[in-house]
Amino acid sequence: MKIDFTHHQSAHCENGVVSNLLKHKGHNISEPMVFGIGSGLFFVYIPFLKVNHGPAISFRPMPGFIFKRFAKRLGIKIKRYKFKDKKKAQLTLDAELQNNNPVGLQVGVYHLSYFPDEYRFHFNAHNMVVYGKENDTYLISDPVMETTTTLTEKELEMVRFAKGAFAPKGHIYYPIQYPKELNLERAIKIGIKSTCRDMLAPVPIVGVKGMRLVAKLIRKWPVQKGKKVANHYLGQIVRMQEEIGTGGGGFRFIYGAFLQEAAVILKNDKLKELSNEITEIGNSWRDFAVDASRIYKNRSPEIDAYNKVADQLVALSNREEVFFKKLRKAI
Amino acid sequence: MKESEVPQDKSNLESASFRELCYAVDENGEYTTANSSGWDPKTIALNNAIEDIKERIEKAKKLVFNNQTSPIEYYMEVHKMDVPILASYMGLWQWRVKRHFKPSVFNKLSQKMLSKYAEVFSISIEQLQDINKE
Repeated sequence: MKIDFTHHQSAHCENGVVSNLLKHKGHNISEPMVFGIGSGLFFVYIPFLKVNHGPAISFRPMPGFIFKRFAKRLGIKIKRYKFKDKKKAQLTLDAELQNNNPVGLQVGVYHLSYFPDEYRFHFNAHNMVVYGKENDTYLISDPVMETTTTLTEKELEMVRFAKGAFAPKGHIYYPIQYPKELNLERAIKIGIKSTCRDMLAPVPIVGVKGMRLVAKLIRKWPVQKGKKVANHYLGQIVRMQEEIGTGGGGFRFIYGAFLQEAAVILKNDKLKELSNEITEIGNSWRDFAVDASRIYKNRSPEIDAYNKVADQLVALSNREEVFFKKLRKAI
Repeated sequence: MKESEVPQDKSNLESASFRELCYAVDENGEYTTANSSGWDPKTIALNNAIEDIKERIEKAKKLVFNNQTSPIEYYMEVHKMDVPILASYMGLWQWRVKRHFKPSVFNKLSQKMLSKYAEVFSISIEQLQDINKE
């Protein structure tokens, strides 16, 4: 069977799945709106943890958080299942499809056959929608892809039961209950306040303080770990900032789009101004990525070059501190 | 980022012929979306990461030939895994996986354990025991 489901490409998989599922039910909510209400903008450096043999830096909250907060703030109820038994996981999915119900799935990227090889890392918090099944092939709407794709039963089972950090355990979810009217104004305000609180948190590894900590580390890496490792680490930061899913500039541009939409809904011109400002900040993040890439392109850069990108990161943290203080006042 | 500045550099995305979605501002200052075929700064970062993995694989291969580690470590690197990920796929404690890196321990592994590793790496037991057969 095939459910009549419209695929919209999005920058980030989690927002995209939520937005697509809601659109299917007739609620026209854009990806930036999901991202903003769910307080998707974030920065965290997790010490002592290594990801792909590099530092664990993230520009977004824990996988699933955006969706959870978004649903809570709008009063949408979500049904979720996780499984131990692979057969049961498949039967439940098939039953939902029989009921004409497209569902969101959490999957691992490593075994995802339609992704380019180079992008297949052990990352387990990717999201997609399954909207039908023909023989033993599932119809997939993966929001980061331009068009819909398919996976066989076996392939889908592999990605649903990927192992490692954030193992999906066959996780499926879908909205079951909506309030009579979606109160966007209230949800937007809560979302913005929560983002400001996170980014200005008095915690050394989070928000603008986290950026300053990473800037300090960038100065240390070439001396402590050697240039080769330092370059690998810098490359990791740029990938976290720019890789598929961020919409560019470490999610700053998606956030700009959200503020622009929010300005109209809340009839608040100040937010429009702040949207322009976060766009400018996003541009500076892009500059940071360009300069960092000059370092890791060139295999034996000067120590001074590391200090320069570290300075850029400090400058960014200062600007964002001012920005989020203004944003907090604006609503 | 302006809509006209959305980068269209060559990248690894080309092989799967898809372009990612970016958010950018049009001439009137309104946000819109645009597809990007890739951007050099991140393509270089990704390529470096892939280079790094290749180096790790080569290093593991040498260690296997010198009988300093077991093929398990080699296949772990081939599959871009690290010990916690491999242990999770195997359902074993990390220290047991690390212990299986010792050639002397590897040679005494039960058929059941070998086939489990082979299944995780999607290879045959012969390939698991001899990396030349890969």
